[in-house]
Amino acid sequence: MGMRKAWLLLLALVFVVGLAACGNNNEPVDAGENNDEVNAGNNDVEGANNNAEEANNDEANNDGNNTNNEANNETMAEDQTLIFARGGDSVSLDYASVTDGESSRVTQQIYESLLQFDEDSFEIGPGLAEDWDVEDDGLRFVFHLREGVTFHDGTDFNADAVKLNFERWANPDHEYHFADEGYAYSVYGTQFGGFEGDDGHVIEEINVLGDYEIEFVLRERLGSFLQNMGMSYFAITSPAAFEEYGSSINENPVGTGPFKFISWSKDDSIVLEKNEDYWQEGLPKLDSVIFQVIPDNSARLTALRSGEIDIMDGLNPDDVEAIEGEPGITMFERATNNIGYLGFNADKEPFDDPVLRRALNHAIDKESLIAVLYAGLAEPAKNIIPPLYLGYNDNIEPYEYDPELAQELLEEAGYGDGLEFDLWTMPVARPYMPDPQRAAEVMQANFADIGVTANIVSMEWATYLERTEQGEQDLFMLGWSGTNGDPDYFFGNLLHSDAIPGGNRNFYRNDEVDALLDQAKTSIDEEERAELYEQAQEIIHEDAPMIPLVHSIPVLAGNERVKNYVPHLSTSEPLTHVELAE
Amino acid sequence: MISYTIRRILMLIPVLIGMSLITFSIIHLIPGNPAQTILGEQATPQAIEQLEEQLGLNEPYFVQYGNYMMGLAQGDLGTSLRTKGEISSEIWPFLAATIELTIFAMVFAIIVGVNAGIISAWKQNSIFDYASMLIALVGVSMPIFWLGLMEQWIFAQELGWLPAFGRGNPRDPVETVTHFYLVDSMINGRPDQIWTSFKHLILPGVALGTIPMAIIARMTRSSMLEVLRSDYIRTIEAKGARDLSVVYRHGFKNAVIPVLTVVGLQTGTLLGGAILTETIFSWPGVGRYVYEAIGNRDYPVIQSGIIVIATMFVFINLIVDLLYSYIDPRIKY
Repeated sequence: MGMRKAWLLLLALVFVVGLAACGNNNEPVDAGENNDEVNAGNNDVEGANNNAEEANNDEANNDGNNTNNEANNETMAEDQTLIFARGGDSVSLDYASVTDGESSRVTQQIYESLLQFDEDSFEIGPGLAEDWDVEDDGLRFVFHLREGVTFHDGTDFNADAVKLNFERWANPDHEYHFADEGYAYSVYGTQFGGFEGDDGHVIEEINVLGDYEIEFVLRERLGSFLQNMGMSYFAITSPAAFEEYGSSINENPVGTGPFKFISWSKDDSIVLEKNEDYWQEGLPKLDSVIFQVIPDNSARLTALRSGEIDIMDGLNPDDVEAIEGEPGITMFERATNNIGYLGFNADKEPFDDPVLRRALNHAIDKESLIAVLYAGLAEPAKNIIPPLYLGYNDNIEPYEYDPELAQELLEEAGYGDGLEFDLWTMPVARPYMPDPQRAAEVMQANFADIGVTANIVSMEWATYLERTEQGEQDLFMLGWSGTNGDPDYFFGNLLHSDAIPGGNRNFYRNDEVDALLDQAKTSIDEEERAELYEQAQEIIHEDAPMIPLVHSIPVLAGNERVKNYVPHLSTSEPLTHVELAE
Repeated sequence: MISYTIRRILMLIPVLIGMSLITFSIIHLIPGNPAQTILGEQATPQAIEQLEEQLGLNEPYFVQYGNYMMGLAQGDLGTSLRTKGEISSEIWPFLAATIELTIFAMVFAIIVGVNAGIISAWKQNSIFDYASMLIALVGVSMPIFWLGLMEQWIFAQELGWLPAFGRGNPRDPVETVTHFYLVDSMINGRPDQIWTSFKHLILPGVALGTIPMAIIARMTRSSMLEVLRSDYIRTIEAKGARDLSVVYRHGFKNAVIPVLTVVGLQTGTLLGGAILTETIFSWPGVGRYVYEAIGNRDYPVIQSGIIVIATMFVFINLIVDLLYSYIDPRIKY
């Protein structure tokens, strides 16, 4: 074979790369490798209480009791090694510098935050901090840290460690910020209003009051401050590990959590081992946990059926029905924590007209969308926040599916003779939108029923995000998932006019709503916040800046010998209480 | 011969420069930027801008290319934007996984394909000939992912004979030295792990080797048919010998050159193009490494990955070319 042939083949190879690039990301729902899901992550609380002491005391107690109810009278297997299979690998084990769900799934086992969310809700309870006080009307928080906790490297956990971690994120010049190595802490910036020196940065100072007492002084009130402290993005790394590993801390995690890091073989598996010195007596139950990458959804299910793995994430919606009732296999549902929506670009005619937007709201048959695309595992949405969130307004009357009414409103808006627009369709599957192409076709048919022509338009994912941010779209499909369980994360990013350009791709601007959201964001009174958000939802509902479609319910499947596994509302949870039966 | 080899290796330089330029241009022409993909749909524009600056993505295109080539000239494959790891050390486990699988698949393809081809030619128009050529036809046209899923369904799920994913038992990981699991388990003196690693190779190896096997079988058959019709075979036949050993010894030796060409091309293709197999069987190989990098717009990984694959491809072709003259002394360079 001559050089010529070799050349041609090489060229062919290059074009394959090009093609692959155009088509990439078309993976089944959560072949999680796409980090694009900021949210995906962590600990999210959904909602409710962001506040202080009184609330959490009772709650923490309650949940403490019901953590471990099952499985006491079953024989446990000798080999307590759990294999958790997922679609993609973790990007990095330095939790604060990445946003993908597959990273936090692992770091939650190794690291802990000052506060911890309940296993099945968004209520905060004690974590590395045993207790905390809110002072100066929400401008000062004092955390009383747990004593006698050690990091996996044997060094002590204390207030200095906490301070160092927070300073590391906030201060770009900090020796462990690793800016030159490409580290960025975007979630810190989002949750705390920026970094040291930025106008919006809310953390003014952090003071070590004693070995086990630390104080955060805020510049202004932040309703979600305590919720943030429960996020896995703000867990605590051993200061000695920074010293030892420097910027390769992302491959050498050292925390205080129930499991210790052993090894990582990229795109294959991450092995963790029980932390024998864990501060919670008798926990964790498992001896080791292995996170195994199996990119293909069907192959992963095969591995589960053949008993090679114990839990899998990322089930094809079509497979859900097939495995329901299958002997030996259990399903785990996560409570919903997201919204999939069809947005209008209010900057473009005729979508600046609320009457038209309401008309189109009535045109979509959400129930059949759920039946066809989600295998029933979703709830129809009427607000943008998930139902369990603080301030969810259940009194809102949803825009019912009613083609006739839709047509009437369409006439009222002056489009009785028809309307044509582009329907921008996401090129990738997301938990809130498992099959965007088919969803677009269903909605296209719905629109056709009222005499409206929707042309399906699709493009590459990064381009899609860029162009929708710039407002080139008519109607577009997108979604959002919660991270800290705070409603502001949805409202502030999706509908506040400050988020233009940015998350507010609806180009929705309403001063009244902005004012309500601002007030709710800085309030630390839970009831007041709830009320403000409820009011905002009423106005938003009237304005109809989007068609809220669904809140989807992610499911996992597992071997029935997996006990005490409770999926958290977010995409991951510590496996502290999980054990394997015979 | 030596000067030919040196010349061929020197030719690699313009090939690699051309490759890198084309790859670099294409991936930069693809819309979408790494910062946006790394941070995802929920990132703020400020965060994206900040990350772009940090990663040096706001530099002009040719400056980025120049920086990359400067590094490459010094043997530095760069740093992954996403994992922040050194690519030169990061890529090896993936490459080893791919090479191990490719070798297994090609051994399977050659053994089965060559023998099926020879026997088909020997017994032309027999039932065996028709059957094996039909299988070869099916093999060439079978979607590899379908074959893979079927294999998993039958041998892993229903029969439980072979593992469905990965390179080894995750509960008992192979201690890596060379990252070739068969070799590593030998070094560690673990016969049980040799067996486990071997079992893990079977399903993906067969899936990956099926197309080359079919191509090799067809090529061997047609090349053999030509040889078997030639005068010297007729002479041997006239002497009364036409058993299988003659076919193998006298016939195949002369039919091997075109087969070797196909083997070389297929090996090169498998090294870079096993993405489907690697995905279905969760094989952490270089195809998936590059593929994921494309999804994440991890420019340095894509470039360096392609360059490594291309280099191997060129070397395999070189080896094949050198083998020609070894097998057939009439061929001289």
